Amino acid sequence: MSHRRIQKEDHYTFDRSTIDYIQRAAATGLYEIRGLGAKRKVAHFDDLVFLAGSITRYPLEGYREKCATKTVLGTRYAKKPIELDIPITIAGMSFGSLSANVKEALGRAATECGTSTTTGDGGMTPEERQSSKTLVYQCLPSRYGFNPDDVRKANAIEVVIGQGAKPGGGGMLLGQKVNKRVAGMRTLPEGVDQRSACRHPDWTGPDDLTIKIKELREITDWEVPIYAKVGATRTFHDVKLCVHAGADVVVVDGMQGGTAATQTVFIEHIGIPTLAAVRLAVDALEDMNMKGKVQLIVSGGIRTGADAAKALAMGADAVSVGQGILFALGCNNETYLQRGEHHSAVADYETLGTAPGYCHHCHTGLCPVGITTQDEVLEQRLTPETGAKHVKNYLKTMNMELTTIARACGKSDVHHLEREDLVALTVEAAAMARVPLAGTRWIPGHSG
Amino acid sequence: MERIDLAKTPLRDLNQFLHHEVRKKKIKQVEIINPDGAHSIAVGVDAPVKIDVRGHTGYYCAGMNKQAEITVHGNAGPGVAENMMSGVVHVKGFASVSAGASGHGGTLIIDGDASLRCGISMKGIDIVVGGNVGNFSAFMAQAGTLVVCGDAGDHLGDSLYEAVIYLRGKVKSFGADAREEPMTKADEKKLAELLDRAGLKYKPKEFKRIASAKTLYNWNADADQEY
Ligand SMILES: Cc1cc2nc3c(=O)[nH]c(=O)nc-3n(C[C@H](O)[C@H](O)[C@H](O)COP(=O)(O)O)c2cc1C
Ligand code: SF4
Repeated sequence: MSHRRIQKEDHYTFDRSTIDYIQRAAATGLYEIRGLGAKRKVAHFDDLVFLAGSITRYPLEGYREKCATKTVLGTRYAKKPIELDIPITIAGMSFGSLSANVKEALGRAATECGTSTTTGDGGMTPEERQSSKTLVYQCLPSRYGFNPDDVRKANAIEVVIGQGAKPGGGGMLLGQKVNKRVAGMRTLPEGVDQRSACRHPDWTGPDDLTIKIKELREITDWEVPIYAKVGATRTFHDVKLCVHAGADVVVVDGMQGGTAATQTVFIEHIGIPTLAAVRLAVDALEDMNMKGKVQLIVSGGIRTGADAAKALAMGADAVSVGQGILFALGCNNETYLQRGEHHSAVADYETLGTAPGYCHHCHTGLCPVGITTQDEVLEQRLTPETGAKHVKNYLKTMNMELTTIARACGKSDVHHLEREDLVALTVEAAAMARVPLAGTRWIPGHSG
Repeated sequence: MERIDLAKTPLRDLNQFLHHEVRKKKIKQVEIINPDGAHSIAVGVDAPVKIDVRGHTGYYCAGMNKQAEITVHGNAGPGVAENMMSGVVHVKGFASVSAGASGHGGTLIIDGDASLRCGISMKGIDIVVGGNVGNFSAFMAQAGTLVVCGDAGDHLGDSLYEAVIYLRGKVKSFGADAREEPMTKADEKKLAELLDRAGLKYKPKEFKRIASAKTLYNWNADADQEY
């Protein structure tokens, strides 16, 4: 029998995903909208490693010697700064993108771990206020559900200027997720696509932001910290402008940051990696002599205690987690747990045209495991109790990993981790983080 | 009546007085003198109190107001009555950009003109402007009513949701998805009531109704939309 040779030459410019993209565009006439964050490989915290104690420095004993994790945010102007037991916080994710059960679960988990959780585009739900000891209330361009009663109930206010997944873009919640409750909270008809504004309605530019932040302080009697959140782009200048504008805390969200629904072209092509952004943000604070006076929260692809440790060593005061929380809740799992039994969700992934491990379909509102949904049946797949338990375990694990690393580096406080403890494994990471390439004294562009 | 002189009293003290003392002592009337264009005057008030500001105000006067009846006897800077929930804010002069931005309820009356983006993102507030409004007014307006007794600039009602605009004068251009619709009896009734609240003598019949064509409500690949 003659063997027919099938030629299989890879095409790097038009690879399979590019062909799929073009054919999808041709079929629909619309850009792809999806959830989660950038999937492309970029320099990240994995490309850094710690130099732990040995002879030059001595490490601390695990278990026996204490390693503090207490974190205070908003010490600049607020009468009541935020005091957290751990430097790992839960990022702003809207009710609307997440179910009410999940919002409640996040509040419970955060409270049990002594950390904060954050509202999102769509306002504050009573469930999350009740379940959260420390709740950060977002002031977004859309101002959906934003009201003075909730402002007064908040422990901090976060003015959202941008998000790492979509710097320069507005919110997006497709009609299928806009049920009666979500619509009511946002003052919109049920079922309409919500493409909310990318600029705030009542201010533009840094001088206006200064006045806006002052207004929020006046409304809250200067009691609670005001955060400013930016997507990572021109981070050095943006952080400086936030500090100038009077923010107590600056949140910098890198390009790997998650979203519930954004155009893929935004997610993959706009913004800079978290690793580059954290260095620029710290440079800005150091340049202004504001390190320690204005706190820095870093987010975008924080997954593990090691990521948190590296962000802190680079100069962040805390990190914030979005997608990691979704995965802890069961995102992309084959099964969901209901009434003590595991049920397969595979068929529901298939209905969405995906499979466990590949799903990024939060925008559809048909989350097979009940996280990013408003559907009455699907949301029952995750109860607040189960969700809270998993998120709490995840945060605790991260925190233990963080203190393990800090002790190994000889630090009795995780906030004592420093850049000098880090080296890079790749030239790119060395250049972005400006720490030496492992085994050398070389920082590309800065030495040698 | 309490009189507070902003030339002598720090703004922070004024706002804290309005937040706490006014409620505690059930004060019914407050006069603020020498505002001198200060920002954030009488923000976050939540009490049935009448506040008269004697002069011009800077940004965000009466921001997030609940219940209070605040009158600016002068011109108001950007974002007057932003995110107002209830009560009445009356600007006797002109208003700068983003008047009534994202307002959820209550009534904002501007005797003179209002600048760009009047009623942007409004969510239930009623705004009555005696004069003209600038470009992009009622941009992404979700709910409530904008009454314009003069003319409107470019892109009026761009990306409108359920808010309704009543315009007496001319419009330079409509924004995406905004269109003129016939006035109904219900429109005339609502408008008459709003004009009456603002003390204006115009007749509802002189106005046109502008509302959303709703073509942007849900994505349609064949409609050639700018999405
Ligand atoms: C489901 C989901 C919903 C989100 N909603 C909001 C939001 O309403 N407002 C906001 O500022 N950021 C929102 N974000 C972004 C997060 O606040 C945060 O910046 C990001 O998730 C951090 O990166 P990470 O996901 O890699 O941890 C959302 C993220 C996700 C995953
Ligand atoms: S499993 Fe749910 S939360 Fe995870 S990507 Fe899919 S839709 Fe989003």
